[in-house]
Amino acid sequence: MSRFKPLDHLILMLGAFIMIAPVVMAFLTSTHSAVAIHQNGLMLSLGDEFLSTYGKVLTHKGGFTGQVTGMTMLMNSLILGVGFAVGKIILSMLAAYALVYFRLPLASLFFWIIFTTLLLPLEVRILPSYEVVQGLGMLNSYSGLIVPLLASATGTFYFRQFFRSVPEELVEAARIDGAGPVRFFLDILVPTSRTMIAAIFIIMFVYGWNQYLWPTLMTNDEGYYTLVRGIKTILLAWIGSNIPEYNEAFALTILAMLPPVLIVVVFQSWFIKGLTESDK
Amino acid sequence: MKRAQFSSPLLPYFLLAPQLAIIFIFFYWPSAQAIQSSFYIEDPFGFGATFVGLENYTTVLGSSEYLRIAQFTLVFTLIVTFLSLSIALVLAVKADAVLTGASTYRSLLMWVYAIAPPVAGLMGIMFFDQHIGPLVDLAALFGWDMRVGVNYYDTAFAMVVIAVWKQIPYNFIFFLSGLQAIPKHLREAAAIDCRSELRRFWTVTLPMLAPTAFFLLIINMTYALFDTFGIIDVVTRNEPANNPLTLVYKVYLDGFRSNDLGGSSAQSVILMIVVLVLTMAQFRFIERRVHYG
Amino acid sequence: MATISLEEVRKIYAGGVEAVKSVSMDIADGEFIVLVGPSGCGKSTLLRMIAGLEEISSGTISIGDRVVNRIDPADRDIAMVFQNYALYPHMSVYNNLAYGLRNRGVPKDEIDRRVKEAARILEIGAFLERKPKALSGGQRQRVAMGRAIVREPAAFLFDEPLSNLDAKLRVQMRVEIKRLQKSLGTTSVYVTHDQLEAMTLADRLVVLNGGAIEQIGDPISVYEQPASTFVASFIGSPAMNLIPVSVRDGRATLDSETAAGGSSLSGPDLGNGTGYTLGVRPEHFVPASERPAGPGDLSLTVTTTVLEPVGAESYLYASIGGDSGATGATVTNSSAAHVVIRVPAAARHQPGEVLSFTATADRLHAFDKTTGKRIPR
Repeated sequence: MSRFKPLDHLILMLGAFIMIAPVVMAFLTSTHSAVAIHQNGLMLSLGDEFLSTYGKVLTHKGGFTGQVTGMTMLMNSLILGVGFAVGKIILSMLAAYALVYFRLPLASLFFWIIFTTLLLPLEVRILPSYEVVQGLGMLNSYSGLIVPLLASATGTFYFRQFFRSVPEELVEAARIDGAGPVRFFLDILVPTSRTMIAAIFIIMFVYGWNQYLWPTLMTNDEGYYTLVRGIKTILLAWIGSNIPEYNEAFALTILAMLPPVLIVVVFQSWFIKGLTESDK
Repeated sequence: MKRAQFSSPLLPYFLLAPQLAIIFIFFYWPSAQAIQSSFYIEDPFGFGATFVGLENYTTVLGSSEYLRIAQFTLVFTLIVTFLSLSIALVLAVKADAVLTGASTYRSLLMWVYAIAPPVAGLMGIMFFDQHIGPLVDLAALFGWDMRVGVNYYDTAFAMVVIAVWKQIPYNFIFFLSGLQAIPKHLREAAAIDCRSELRRFWTVTLPMLAPTAFFLLIINMTYALFDTFGIIDVVTRNEPANNPLTLVYKVYLDGFRSNDLGGSSAQSVILMIVVLVLTMAQFRFIERRVHYG
Repeated sequence: MATISLEEVRKIYAGGVEAVKSVSMDIADGEFIVLVGPSGCGKSTLLRMIAGLEEISSGTISIGDRVVNRIDPADRDIAMVFQNYALYPHMSVYNNLAYGLRNRGVPKDEIDRRVKEAARILEIGAFLERKPKALSGGQRQRVAMGRAIVREPAAFLFDEPLSNLDAKLRVQMRVEIKRLQKSLGTTSVYVTHDQLEAMTLADRLVVLNGGAIEQIGDPISVYEQPASTFVASFIGSPAMNLIPVSVRDGRATLDSETAAGGSSLSGPDLGNGTGYTLGVRPEHFVPASERPAGPGDLSLTVTTTVLEPVGAESYLYASIGGDSGATGATVTNSSAAHVVIRVPAAARHQPGEVLSFTATADRLHAFDKTTGKRIPR
């Protein structure tokens, strides 16, 4: 069973190539000038415009109003990603704690109220959601970006599964040690869930960072654009110009994927554990 | 269930309150709104709405454009699901089989998961660009004059390629961890009982992977239906015109571009029913797993 | 230090299952009580009710002179050692020990003194800064004990604390728990399904079956005078031989035998009714050649099937009946027709050998055939 299998490696290398090559090419191309790209197509070598292109993308004011820089969008993306992940973790930990560790007369009702949200993604109710947010005056605000996305049970589901796998002797020992519900949560359960929290943070951060439809609807003030939302602006600027700013488009693409990719690659094992062990 | 529980009269309600409040305001309320307005036609000038019963539904379902989009959505969903699942399965099986470099391959194959669909879409359209796209040049070698954004089928092809590329890592992660969860002794027993590797795969490995595969099937279908919005929006360059669209995109177009609230809501409700059926299938399945797993 | 008393304590679950049926007992100050029984007998539920982790459906539990029915586990002045130890995984050993004391507001230097003292007694001083993950099973067990000791509680509650350890460590820890309990003099209630553990640890044994007490007593008297066939077969290993017999012609004969003449068993005539269950411990058989059966003694002819040496002695598995080859019929499939007999380690019996044994009248037990209760003699 331990023979070396060249064919397997060949297939895997091909797969890895297909996954990586486009991104590498996108990066290499982004370091050339727009004119060079226009003339020669995508590049396979490192150009000399890396600093100027990325510098320009990050600091140059663009968009329709000329008000938004890549830096602003990067910040907005971070706020959305981190805000969403933190909000999700806090809300869902509290709710899952109540569902798993308390004697609740209406526990199964609450369970269904919360878990029904898993049934319908945001996409099927975008228009009325937009109107609710509009009615609350939350358009073009960070809370309007983040809070409506929190209305789903994924995190609660993860934490509920996890809490149920925590040995119940732990809560019994804590009760004998004189810890009440609040103290048990803070002293024992939260520290015990650290790995789980980290995994969910990664998953939720990536999810929040990558949001597109909702930010597209929610924000028309460019000061609130995220990088992923900004893609649309790039497109609009692109159409109709003689020599499209390919380099800047690629640079923004790279910037838009860099943080979530880094976080997933660096915290790979946590992330996989969180994703595969609780998503079922 | 847990045996030991705290009994506290108010605390659990305080813990649940934030979650429930957000769910009611941003989930139940809009969902109810969508259902309600699907039975009304809104006055174009904003002077109230008229109850029209099922008229919005009959209009939507009677529209040849809607049916064409529905047909495309179905085909798109099936192709994307099939390709991303099968390619990911092959890669996962191979990554599980090789002894050297398995974790390296895993890292190399999984990270695209973190790329947002519209970002993948943007990269995609540059690879399919008429001027600079290497894939267009590649197609030209085979005599294929590829015109993404102009030719309906070429555009659909690009959408499928991007959507599959983006989804392979997710499936790969799950298949690989499903394979690694198969007990070693079971594989060893199979190796003693069956000489042919391919046969072992079909008779032992694949049945063991069935739960993972079913889970992924549903997830991939919802992905192709909903999460590909960003890809489609980018590939069509915000100009739907005669390009292939999915149903979700149509909801968005009618609701936000054409301001057809009733029609868009009726489409939303139809989609809700589709997702509901899919998710119910998944829930039933999870339940079975809980009972027998 | 305290007494514990249970009065008609019951546990009925929501589904109507009665896990504990009216249990009453008094535990003396400093006594080591072991609750023993098969899984599902209600022993853990009873312990958890004493701890306050499980509600009491009816009855009263008092610790000291205080009724604790409605008192929180933390305020019952007890400490518990769990089967899986339930150590807080993210805390160091020191903090695991100190956590309960901090929650009750014990001053810092007092905590430190108690933790150090417990660490010294249990020889875990070297690991105080480690996390539970970095400890071996035996060390975790000691930490769990330490967490109980630092509390200086009125009572220790043990819930199968040794069952996650390997056999050798289990024996070692068993001795240690006993030594510790004796030196601290703390009232202890210990739950186990292992009869050997129960015998060796207990001042008094409580044998539970189906949620009710079968017998309470010190280990030796429970062993020597089991109150029922259940206790007789549960306490002692290998278990007591239980043979259904009927009285015919003034002596007990094997149920499966019809004719009195060729009988391979003859036991005492209790003169009360036609039949009873005869109990004999494996070690109470003597070869008939050494000691012929007197009046009231049991005499038995068997055919050996397996000889199982355990080192210091051997156990002979045999079927009752001496002439299976010739007349057949005497050996039935019922377990009653088989016996286990302790023989010296030097014995070299072959399968199929026909042997005769006796057991003296004072070594015989009789149980009611229907109720299983001991028949006083």
